Amino acid sequence: MKTLQQPGHGNGSEYSRAPFLSRLHEWIATTDHKKLGVMYVSTGLIFFLIGGLEATMMRWQLAVPGNTVLSPEDFNRLFTMHGTTMVFLVGMPILLGVANYFVPLQIGARDLAFPRLNAFGFWLFLFGGLLLYFSYFGAQGLYGMGSAPDVGWFAYAPLTERTYSRGHSTDYWILGLLVSSFGSIATGINLITTILTMRCRGMTLMKMPLLVWLMLIDAILIMIAMPPLAAAQVMLLFDRLMGAHFFDPQGGGSAVLWQNLFWFFGHPEVYILILPAFAYVSEIIPVFCRKVIFGYPLMVAATVSIGFISLGVWVHHMFALGLSPMVNTIFMGSTFLIAIPTGIKMFNWVGTMFGGKIRFDTPMLFSTGFLAMFLIGGLTGIMLATVPFDWQVSDSYFVVGHFHYVLFGGLVFAIFAAIYYWFPKVTGKMLSESLGKCQFWLLFIGFNLTFGPMHVSGMLGMPRRIYTYHADRGWELWNMLSSIGVLIQIAGVLFFVWNVIRSLRSGKKAGADPWDAWTLEWSTTSPPPEYNFEEEPVVYSRRPLWDKKHPEDPDWKYE
Amino acid sequence: MAMVSSCLLSLSCVLPAMAAGVPVCADGASPSPTMFAPRSIPAQKILDVSWFVWGICGLIFLIMAALILWCIIKYRQKPGDDTEAPQIYGSNPIELAWTIIPTVIVFVLFLVSARTIFEIDHTSPPPNSLEITVVGHQWWWEFDYPDQGFVTANELHVPLTRNGQSVPIYLTLESNDVIHSFWVPQLAGKTDVVPNRLNHLWLQPTMTGTYVGQCAEYCGTQHANMLITVVVHEEDDFNDWVTNQQTDAVDDPSVTEGRSLFLQTSCINCHRVRGTPANGTFAPDLTHLMSRSVIGAGVVANTPENLNTWVFDPQMIKPGCRMPSMKLSPEEVKEVVSYLLTLK
Repeated sequence: MKTLQQPGHGNGSEYSRAPFLSRLHEWIATTDHKKLGVMYVSTGLIFFLIGGLEATMMRWQLAVPGNTVLSPEDFNRLFTMHGTTMVFLVGMPILLGVANYFVPLQIGARDLAFPRLNAFGFWLFLFGGLLLYFSYFGAQGLYGMGSAPDVGWFAYAPLTERTYSRGHSTDYWILGLLVSSFGSIATGINLITTILTMRCRGMTLMKMPLLVWLMLIDAILIMIAMPPLAAAQVMLLFDRLMGAHFFDPQGGGSAVLWQNLFWFFGHPEVYILILPAFAYVSEIIPVFCRKVIFGYPLMVAATVSIGFISLGVWVHHMFALGLSPMVNTIFMGSTFLIAIPTGIKMFNWVGTMFGGKIRFDTPMLFSTGFLAMFLIGGLTGIMLATVPFDWQVSDSYFVVGHFHYVLFGGLVFAIFAAIYYWFPKVTGKMLSESLGKCQFWLLFIGFNLTFGPMHVSGMLGMPRRIYTYHADRGWELWNMLSSIGVLIQIAGVLFFVWNVIRSLRSGKKAGADPWDAWTLEWSTTSPPPEYNFEEEPVVYSRRPLWDKKHPEDPDWKYE
Repeated sequence: MAMVSSCLLSLSCVLPAMAAGVPVCADGASPSPTMFAPRSIPAQKILDVSWFVWGICGLIFLIMAALILWCIIKYRQKPGDDTEAPQIYGSNPIELAWTIIPTVIVFVLFLVSARTIFEIDHTSPPPNSLEITVVGHQWWWEFDYPDQGFVTANELHVPLTRNGQSVPIYLTLESNDVIHSFWVPQLAGKTDVVPNRLNHLWLQPTMTGTYVGQCAEYCGTQHANMLITVVVHEEDDFNDWVTNQQTDAVDDPSVTEGRSLFLQTSCINCHRVRGTPANGTFAPDLTHLMSRSVIGAGVVANTPENLNTWVFDPQMIKPGCRMPSMKLSPEEVKEVVSYLLTLK
């Protein structure tokens, strides 16, 4: 850990004076958790724009029946790349980036436990992502010339076997994800170690901010869930390159094995993605309601039990696979169980709002949007857990609607809330509130217009991943609405891009604590110095800054 | 607040539209493969349990949305008031309540759904059922009637009754290559079609008609055009259809040229026409091609013009499909098609 401030490297205003190459070198060679956090989130946002572009092209194709904007192969590549990108190259880096930046700050540490491992993790992720996208130039798809993988983001065997996926596109998919998921595992180890060993004096586990708790459970899930995926991918690579038969039914392998391994990763992965969303709103809602979080111990308990239960529900992705009724019933039960701690979280957030004095600044607006959208996504999740209903809508557009309510209405809205909340801390500048509100309403309306109708088209029998459909099926209206919604969302995202550029150039100065918040990151300057805190903080409660601001009525009296 | 009300609004527009807006034809078939117009016992059971689940989830949604809305309206910060709100750290009785109530709700949901699972999921054929084997191929369906002794493709024909009694249809699902999924929403939920695994699906139609569905598990380039048509017949019509399917292909002397052209090209490596040397099993059985209403697994209607284009170059209609263009001249295509048109 560096405690000396080098000349010219201290704060934002001096960066502009250093020559470009030395600034570049500083970013590339950095082991600073804050710089790495910024790089993670920025890279994630760039991939978010790419993934969004892929989605836009798909919605263009599906706007009307029998459209010929895209060839079937191109469409199949787009949904594969869109899913893979959004999960592995958008969700993961952004959640790791925010954790990178704010976990050390919130626990009063000066960096993560293993700074160089942290940098290594980031570069693995980045080059894994680039390797995946290089497939557009270097691989050969199922059909035709070199191009991206077209096997779907969960890459069901045996479609991924050499027989059905010729060329190297699937190999790119395997290797790109393998490389980037090793990065995630490394960062997971780093986060766990940091949280368990580097908390400042006074911060017992039960005095950690909820973000830290959620990221601890998240990192543990990463550690448990990523290795089975890596193992399955290596096995698939053996099949493809060395003639093994793990997933090749014609050679005695099992197509079901891949699904078990993939979803043993894949379902915890959903929670790996949504726990950080919970983390952000658990930080934001109390601050903007001017109230302490309602029922902190139960929130922690709910987080831990979500972590546990999420490891035992993966078969609900396989209800249509023809497993025995008993297996289906058991996993339906475990899936219902996870609704209980998730419901507790919803109730506690609403309980926090209840009786508060709510300020609807953009972070709170997005957090409230998160509550409403995640409520819908959660309830359609309960519907999907009901095996008989799942037999109808599994692999239909209903599922597409459901998980976008969870991952877009949930995670992405929470990410925007987090960006509006912490951008002033990271850059020292405020984002524009009016542009932020425009972005929120455009995104909110566009989002519901796109993904709401998908539930209907799914129940009307439209399967996912089809590049075209016939005109007589009753799906035209719903698909047209979905496609129009995308246009509105694009406008929302453009407002965001403009807002960020504008603020970086001429944003209002933020000061150390623009939201009058309570956790440790707001006690240092914006942006924080390389060493974070001049002296190691000492805390007595979950809200150290509340204690400082209200010495007459400190938290530690009640906890 | 507008955000929650807009959700409510969209839901209230959508639900009645789904329930009422589905036009239903006289014979029970609706043009849309909607799960809201079940025409088979398992599909009906699924819809029944779904209404129950939607009811409970809808109720939870209304309560939660109302709470959120209430907080948004009631607890918005008053202008000029920058004091802190009263700090409430939690409440054991309240938190206990919202732990126990959801537990009870999901327990009830679990019991109700579990009953339906065991009602629908038959691991052995119900008594007196008609057994048919379904084989998924990239990208078409093979329907094998072992007891009747013939094989057909893409159009599944089943009777409404046998000897005047409702007859269960018991499908055995197999895959020839990758994973597919058999889904005809009006007749039953979907079941995956997995290589090296025998899956089963029970249908029991309650109304005659034509029902559409399609493959529901991504299976490669032409996944979108792997459509299913199920025709539910009256008993007599079904028996007529079976009798016709059981006969070998007619040998019409007026199309000898087309027939010999067909038999000379590599069509016969993949297609079967019973009663001729064409004996391939890689592609749909063409013995009674003209008894089917669609070609290319439903990609286009089975008309002479479409057949013409298809035989000339299938990739023009279904790009990526496994059938190559045979490089026949337009005249030769015409001959072959005129032969195919006799396969009634």
